Amino acid sequence: MGIVDINKVTFEYIRRDEEGNVEGITTAVDGVSLSVKPGEFIAILGHNGSGKSTLAKQINAMLFPTEGTVVVDGLDTNNEDNLLQIRQTAGMVFQNPDNQIIGQIVDEEVGFGPENLGVPTEEILQRVEESLKVLGMYEYRHKSPNRLSGGQKQRVSIASVIAMHPKCIVFDEPTAMLDPKGRFEVIQAARALNDVEKITIILITHYMEEVVDADRVFVMDKGKIAMSGTPREIFSRVSELKDLRLTVPQVTELAWELKKSGIPIRDGILTREELTEELKKYISLRKKERP
Amino acid sequence: MLFFKKKNKESGIESAPETISAERDKNSETDLSALEKENSSRDPRVPLLVADHLVYEYSRGTNQLVRALDDVSFTIRKGEFIGLIGHTGSGKSTLVQHLNALLSPVSGTVYFNGEDVFEKGYDRKKLRSKVGLVFQYPEHQLFEETVFADVCFGPKNIGMSRKQAELTAYETIKKVGLPDECFYQSPFDLSGGQKRRVAIAGVLAMKPELLVLDEPTAGLDPKGREEILTMIDSLRSDGDMAIVLVSHSMEDVAQYADRIMVIEKGKKLFDGTPHEVFSHIKELDEIGLAAPEMSYVMRDLKKAGIDVNTNILTVSEARDEILRALG
Repeated sequence: MGIVDINKVTFEYIRRDEEGNVEGITTAVDGVSLSVKPGEFIAILGHNGSGKSTLAKQINAMLFPTEGTVVVDGLDTNNEDNLLQIRQTAGMVFQNPDNQIIGQIVDEEVGFGPENLGVPTEEILQRVEESLKVLGMYEYRHKSPNRLSGGQKQRVSIASVIAMHPKCIVFDEPTAMLDPKGRFEVIQAARALNDVEKITIILITHYMEEVVDADRVFVMDKGKIAMSGTPREIFSRVSELKDLRLTVPQVTELAWELKKSGIPIRDGILTREELTEELKKYISLRKKERP
Repeated sequence: MLFFKKKNKESGIESAPETISAERDKNSETDLSALEKENSSRDPRVPLLVADHLVYEYSRGTNQLVRALDDVSFTIRKGEFIGLIGHTGSGKSTLVQHLNALLSPVSGTVYFNGEDVFEKGYDRKKLRSKVGLVFQYPEHQLFEETVFADVCFGPKNIGMSRKQAELTAYETIKKVGLPDECFYQSPFDLSGGQKRRVAIAGVLAMKPELLVLDEPTAGLDPKGREEILTMIDSLRSDGDMAIVLVSHSMEDVAQYADRIMVIEKGKKLFDGTPHEVFSHIKELDEIGLAAPEMSYVMRDLKKAGIDVNTNILTVSEARDEILRALG
């Protein structure tokens, strides 16, 4: 059994006109099955409107499947008694840090979650300290969140989730509004939580570079899973991805372009190091052939 | 400023082109000509907007004073496509809000078509139709029942007749690449990328001479990003509207802008062509920005002993350079 088991989930919503008459039904998620193992780092890609955020919101019971089941750590989201526990097990980090921070001071913000769960004061203080330290934000604990940079705010949001001791965190485009340094900070934090704290990570993003280290990647289209595999498998399929309004990391694209121009480079190059190695190999091979 | 000086020295062109001197004569009552001399990059295009030693401070009179802009000067010329970059909190948004006088500077000023926009009696309402600002997530500002009505709102508001406004709205909706069947749909039924086009059309319909876009691609999928940027780029082709694109994507500004300004701690740190600015890869890393991914790739290849030029910004440039080096 996985930490998150999505079983043949369909999600429909009814479109209504101004008088409330039904105009039609939109199927945002269409028969998706997906199982995430504890400690995995998975990524979900897909164009705007492909259904990836709707799927993500099923995981911490913000939306409920029209058909099928979502089971989080053994708890079915369709059972209302499970809701509180599911939302503790699966935390969520959204796109805009300014929409999810409510505290006046950083440590107050981080303490809000555990306080709400009825955690004793002593332990709240302990959890706040430990969460902020994990995210490298401890020295900012007495600052006002609105004095922080975008990346720092987003790390405070993550710390607030961590303080509730979740087993799984869903990141819904956490870097869309950040500058390059902020993006790096947030992705590094997500990786560290996965590596060190063994927290399961589900990352939704439009930045292809952010998913090259994921264990598995799922690509969604029209509410269905269109592709799945390791980052290398996925990013080897350049033209298919482009048809789905996505792209590949720039390094992968460069390798693909060079291959089209006649240089023998293997498919699915993901990093600068790999590209450098491939080109070095090609040059030494050529020297042997034409000394 | 740094780059202007350097460029002048290198190019060694002596006389300013006719157009600029003509513009100077016209504005001789302001100190624009002196400023223009200082700022001039010997560019033949007519100056549209001049920011002159802008200083802006938040929380004045308290002990929390923040100098958000610190002596920033530059000239924007007609038809230019400028990328404005800087990390969060660097002062980009504060700067942008000076361009259409939403904020007034503590000292310094902005000249638009030769006139001081902070002078008493200057028609700042009109300025705001001439300098169009598209904020982040502009689709949150859509409110009308149909796409067409939403785009008509701006031109009507600045005093165009109904017929004129509708004609302009029609042209603009076409220009941003929305299909005909969208016209009488509710803007809220469109996709994210389409909503954003409607919002941009709403600003374009006021026929601005300068269009400023604050992260117009945030939250869009890769294809949507490319479509919006290509559309914005195409807007220059039929007129001499200038564009300022505020972006966190170094790859995007490198590909589309013909000039890049870097703002850091309220000061203008670099100003030049993408290749000039991104040659400062070390300084950009230090201030939390970056160069486009391809610059790093080429640097790695050079370190590995492959003799390539490292001042490369886009994938196609990188491909051509590697093919050249491999012979």
